[in-house]
Amino acid sequence: MTTTEITPQQQEEADQRHPRSLLLRMDRMPHIWCSRCGIGIALGCFAAALEKTGLSADDITVTSGIGCTGRVAGYVKVDSFHTTHGRAIPFAVGLTLARPDLRHVVFSGDGDLISIGGNHFIHAARRNQNLLVICVNNFTYAMTGGQLAPTTPITARATTAPYGSFERPFNLPYLAASAGACYVARWTALHIRRVTDSMTEALQKDGFRFIEILAPCSTIYARRNKLGTGLDLMKYYYESAIIDHKASMRDLDIGFQSRIVVGKFVDEDRPSYGQSMNDHLGKVLGSKFVNPVTGLDGIPKDGGEK
Amino acid sequence: MKADSIGVLTGTHYLDGDLAAAEGACTAGCRFFAGYPITPSTEVAERVALRFPLVGGQFIQMEDELASIAAVLGASWGGLKAMTVTSGPGFSLMMENIGLGVMMEVPCVVIDVQRGGPSTGLPTLPSQSDMMQARWGSHGDYEIIALSPNSPQECFDLTIEAFNLSEQWRVPVMLMMDECVGHMTEKVIIPPADEIEIVERRYTKVNPENYLPYAPCDDLVPEIAPLGKGYRFHTTGLTHDFRGYPVMSADVQEECVHRLVNKIRMNVDKIAHVETTDLDDAEVVIVGYGISSRVAIPAIERAKREGIKIGVIRLVTVWPFPEQLIRDLASNVKAFVMPEINYGQVVYEVERCAGGKAETRLVAHGGGWVHDPEVIYQAIREVAK
Repeated sequence: MTTTEITPQQQEEADQRHPRSLLLRMDRMPHIWCSRCGIGIALGCFAAALEKTGLSADDITVTSGIGCTGRVAGYVKVDSFHTTHGRAIPFAVGLTLARPDLRHVVFSGDGDLISIGGNHFIHAARRNQNLLVICVNNFTYAMTGGQLAPTTPITARATTAPYGSFERPFNLPYLAASAGACYVARWTALHIRRVTDSMTEALQKDGFRFIEILAPCSTIYARRNKLGTGLDLMKYYYESAIIDHKASMRDLDIGFQSRIVVGKFVDEDRPSYGQSMNDHLGKVLGSKFVNPVTGLDGIPKDGGEK
Repeated sequence: MKADSIGVLTGTHYLDGDLAAAEGACTAGCRFFAGYPITPSTEVAERVALRFPLVGGQFIQMEDELASIAAVLGASWGGLKAMTVTSGPGFSLMMENIGLGVMMEVPCVVIDVQRGGPSTGLPTLPSQSDMMQARWGSHGDYEIIALSPNSPQECFDLTIEAFNLSEQWRVPVMLMMDECVGHMTEKVIIPPADEIEIVERRYTKVNPENYLPYAPCDDLVPEIAPLGKGYRFHTTGLTHDFRGYPVMSADVQEECVHRLVNKIRMNVDKIAHVETTDLDDAEVVIVGYGISSRVAIPAIERAKREGIKIGVIRLVTVWPFPEQLIRDLASNVKAFVMPEINYGQVVYEVERCAGGKAETRLVAHGGGWVHDPEVIYQAIREVAK
């Protein structure tokens, strides 16, 4: 096998030509994701959405937990936090309360957000914390080699469900909406325009916003379940995804290779936790209430000299 | 700089240790608190919930202790001085993210009002049995700072010191109270704001192009960048290089972990706060911390009246442990006597540093109450023979 030598200069030029190079840490490329993985698509949509909103990279933070999608925080060129397994949401709760002037995004996987982080997910939604939560759902724990996830469809195989799963998986949009999310959408990695639109819309809203993106895991999930490659999964999405914004959310369960209902299911305006806190305390305490100090107040004005 | 007067209730108060710690947080400039109720620490959270809206702070009761410490780390990265408070079972739950705080180098304060354990143990009664958990509770190799107050006044003073140390050394600082100190009510004097020294965050002055989030300064502590100001930094719980980028190699692990250990270890003299009395000609040295250091006083006085030459070391800072002090004394004294409300934790550090040159005697107590000073006195008598 022969390889073509690329000079550092050529690499730099190629990096700069990348359409999303402004938002990506090109010095960390190549990324760890497998070819035919859907996470890169979700990240590409996010970069496009950010551009569309006109927000700068200095207006947002990205927090991830652990797992394949958990690596997103490491590849976005914004203030970014790669935290512990399951704790991206409560970590970002601290960020959003300390810096309400910025927009805070949690970008992580289904196992991280919904299994080990499930309690934080429902409570952040209940409180309507000012967070955009993007969940890439690949039906499995991919980074650790394909174990059973809280989203694995019934009968699908996993290393820890070698005879197929018999557990009912979570219906994520229904869960998010029942817990109190004010924006809920589900798309697949095939729906790049709609994913981008949803992200654009959600980035500009307040409160707890949830976007589920079904994404192919070619190396682990598809192979173990003999579903072909990532491309075959994209074909499955193409054939089986039905857009129905008005669908009853309790009917959004996903079976093994079943039809998938996608769409924007919730889009409401309700005061976020921070707003409610300040409004309530201001009303009850009157002039005794002191508006919360934010992290912005403590930043010296004379930074960036050296 | 000096404390912001808005949070400082200057005057003479009658407070228990829990409430005094809450006032210490208000005074230190803590403006974010995330916690979960647990006896015997809850009064700290309750006082903070009452006071914070009046001083520009935010209080949030999280869904559990895992979330509480995670939110504290996030808020600290967001630029606020942040704290949580808990007791044994909650302290156990916080361990993973205390490790994240160590790895990401996040200034914050964790108060543990110790109760009897293991497990649910004795929710309403004291112990000092989380001392090694404070030291080693999170997985991996690191050094930590832990303080142990023995009065409500110290709960106030040391909460401020804990915040100052956490900002200076970029590490979570533990305030290891116990149920007895937490629920003991005494006079607490809160000085005027302009007499209270506060350490502010060390924001970098390097411009974003040249900034490396984990490049250490001379004291081995890196400078922090503010959010949203063009630094666009990355931080991770993974082993990382100066850029904050994960690198999976033995070399970078060595560089990263060795510095986390050394920034505390090489600066013990600047960090460790120890009170010593009559060490010069001592035959027996009592080593104590927290409530046990106080319960030992009648025993020490009685032994002294009986002519035993007795010195006292009070560990205000338990971690990092003042190794050199014990090493230097070991050749000159007969024995160290250490009362602890556990079956042997910090005493092993004393024994290690004594290196067999002096006897080390633990006065153990299973928890639920403090020592009878008589028992400590008897131990002093025996080793002094």
